[in-house]
Amino acid sequence: MTEQIQNMQPQKQDNDEDSQQYLTFIMANEEYGVEILSVQEIRGWESTTVIPNAPSHVKGVINLRGTIVPIIDLRQRFGIEVLDYGTTTVVIVVKVAIASEHKVIGIVVDAVSDVFSVNNDDVRDVPNFGEDTDLSFIKGLTNAGEKMVILLDINRLLGSEVLPEAEQLSQLMHNLDADKQVVNG
Amino acid sequence: MEIDLSQFSQVFFEESLEGLDAMESELLNLDVNNPDEETINTIFRAAHSIKGGSATFGFSQVANYTHLLETLLDEIRDGRRQMTNEHQDMLLLSVDLLRNMFDALMRKIDFDDPLLAQLEKQFTIEIAKGTKGAAPEESDSSNDTLVEQEATGLLHWAIDFQAGIDILRCGNDPYLMFNELRQLGELSVNLAKHSSPEFNDIDPEACYLNWQLELVTDQPLERLKEVFEWVEDECIINYSSSPVMNGNANPDSGPSNIESTEVAIPQEQQGSETVQNDVGGKRLDEAKTSNQEPKPKAASKAKLPETGSIRVSIDKIDLLINMVGELVITQAMLGQIGQQDEINEESFESLKQGLEQLATHTRDLQESVMQIRMLPISFAFNRFPRLVRDIGQQLGKKVNLVLKGEDTELDKTVMEKIVDPMVHLVRNSLDHGLETPEERLAKGKSEVGTITLNAFHQGGSIIIEIIDDGAGLDTDKILSKAREKGIVGQDEELSTEAIHKLIFKPGFSTVDAVSDLSGRGVGMDVVRQNINELNGSIELKSTQDKGSRFTIRLPLTLAILDGQLVRVGRHIYVVPLVSIHESLQVEPNKINRLSDGHELIQLRNEYLPVIKVYQEFCHTADAKEIKDGLVMVVDSNNEKIGLLVDELLSQQQVVIKSLEDNYSQVPGVSGATILGDGTVALIIDVTGLVSLAGITNMKEHAA
Repeated sequence: MTEQIQNMQPQKQDNDEDSQQYLTFIMANEEYGVEILSVQEIRGWESTTVIPNAPSHVKGVINLRGTIVPIIDLRQRFGIEVLDYGTTTVVIVVKVAIASEHKVIGIVVDAVSDVFSVNNDDVRDVPNFGEDTDLSFIKGLTNAGEKMVILLDINRLLGSEVLPEAEQLSQLMHNLDADKQVVNG
Repeated sequence: MEIDLSQFSQVFFEESLEGLDAMESELLNLDVNNPDEETINTIFRAAHSIKGGSATFGFSQVANYTHLLETLLDEIRDGRRQMTNEHQDMLLLSVDLLRNMFDALMRKIDFDDPLLAQLEKQFTIEIAKGTKGAAPEESDSSNDTLVEQEATGLLHWAIDFQAGIDILRCGNDPYLMFNELRQLGELSVNLAKHSSPEFNDIDPEACYLNWQLELVTDQPLERLKEVFEWVEDECIINYSSSPVMNGNANPDSGPSNIESTEVAIPQEQQGSETVQNDVGGKRLDEAKTSNQEPKPKAASKAKLPETGSIRVSIDKIDLLINMVGELVITQAMLGQIGQQDEINEESFESLKQGLEQLATHTRDLQESVMQIRMLPISFAFNRFPRLVRDIGQQLGKKVNLVLKGEDTELDKTVMEKIVDPMVHLVRNSLDHGLETPEERLAKGKSEVGTITLNAFHQGGSIIIEIIDDGAGLDTDKILSKAREKGIVGQDEELSTEAIHKLIFKPGFSTVDAVSDLSGRGVGMDVVRQNINELNGSIELKSTQDKGSRFTIRLPLTLAILDGQLVRVGRHIYVVPLVSIHESLQVEPNKINRLSDGHELIQLRNEYLPVIKVYQEFCHTADAKEIKDGLVMVVDSNNEKIGLLVDELLSQQQVVIKSLEDNYSQVPGVSGATILGDGTVALIIDVTGLVSLAGITNMKEHAA
């Protein structure tokens, strides 16, 4: 990984402002890209502490040098068949801005692939799959050599992950309270 | 050059609030009939720096108001005015008002309190009274001039400028000021009567002259005052105005014009203040409109200005630097060993030594870092003299407040959260505890009641005591009230201690008439709940006619918690030790199952609902039935609840980490911590877990 990033250094200086660097990773033979600036570090999989009543794709929390960081399985998030975690399973720790707050979140992916620059002009819009599918977390599609890379908007992807969850839970608590009051009344 | 002042405003707020605190405590210490000069000076200085600062930052509302305070205080300081009780009350009210103003400023919202105008008027009247009786009319008439000013636009100002003797020495040149005035409108300068010494005694650097200025301008008074801004403290300047009829400006009319002016602004020093006050009112409006301007910007970060900062004494910082220094030395030593190619007997020994040192330093460092958050409890105690004075006056009770152990330190966060419960308890003591002077005399006690606030450390906790020598709790009354409300059975007999505990029950009050202060019965259970939320506890000891003593026990810090580690399946959770009563294995014949699936256990003569933790958290556990596992009896809102867990592990102190920082709130979990092996364990929030299980009120149903 370090080697790849070093390779990128000279290229980065050549970049004009219209292009951004992406870290790509592989999941179920698809290649996805996230903005490299939001990536904090890449770690191997380690066992997590389970959060009670969390959605199934939230694998739990880990201790990242004293900070409690939630880990999210992207396969499960995307509804792809789940693999067993092994020594090659990788956690990408990303920093996302959700409602003006910065949160550090780890995402579980199959493997990390590459780092490359994408010119903003080369990013194509997502084809419309109809109204039912919400694909706003996909920033666009681009080509890297032969392959197609799906560029993810990490803030959207994980933002809709963490916050609505919290809302739902507080809603749940609220409903519980209301039920209780009815019972008591 | 533009300097962004807003970055300093936070510091200004903090300093001002500190200044207000100082003002308040000095005011309370003040013997009105025989005021100590130094005390008055302190109060004056506080008002003065707030005025200066707020003017710099453009908080004109505050500046104008504090200017009034300052004027009054200045006169008292100089002995020109006798301090009265009225002044003291007004100043204390002003302290409150200013606090609210700063609060509004920090939140970037408009401050709109009728009290402001009311107090402003009171001060104006008060200040004008100093030398002349009929102040209200004066302010009224100057009000009129303002109206007229708005009507005609142009005003004819007569400015009586008595330059101070030192004006030239201070580097102020009247000529330049007159030039500036000339730019505002038509100006004529006349030398007024003055007294200069004999020629031989003339000091060439002194100014003995006074001037009479005539100015026709459409500029407001503030603009005029701005010209003299630098000299207004040392010169005597009086402004008076009359409207100018359509273009009838007559700058040559000379001094006679002053007589023709009907504006009855007194020609004393106070006169200028009178005008300014009213202008202050107008400025206030301006301030409001300009306040609205930054509003949209504020919305984005209006969340809570609570993050704040903390003042740390230099000693603590020095200590920290010292320790970091030692840590660096240890690191260098260990680094040297690490560079060696192989480890032999000798280097292994020094490695061990180094690691030991490292451990010591880390622990010391941790302790001193925690110390940074510690503040002396006097920060919390300081507000009580005022509270006791006000309420005592209101109730007609004579109270002596004794503060002890003010240097006892505790965590800033804990302090912030303990103040409200304390206020409540002190208020209770004043209202219910202490008797009226007559009653006290009848009981053979001193007329003056005593309330003592005491704080000290005990083990890892801080103890705060609130002691009064009042009537104590009336156990008979409490018991009969409890029977009336059905909290206690008619025939049930309770120990004195158990009766005392009744006052912590929700909705309990023995006072027949609900007073303004307390007695609505919402109090003590809330106090207890607040203290429990801090992982603390409260106890009460009371003897009839001797008084009562509330003892609050709090952990020193919120960042560390004594925890009991428990295992549920393969998951490890931490339960706060303070909420645990006992843990036990329950025999099958003590388990009762209710029709809705909930289970109760019989513990001595109580029935407790049991929450199966694995069920609520959707884990698989070894012990699925109550008889197979351990039941931990915990306290949730003063109710005992059983938690079913698999096994009790060790007890240890845990450092609380936030789950919300990177994730979100989790029902039933209050936070997380990192165990010795580096893994994360979640801390159970008992109250949250109970509401998750939905059985909070089950006990009352069963009863």
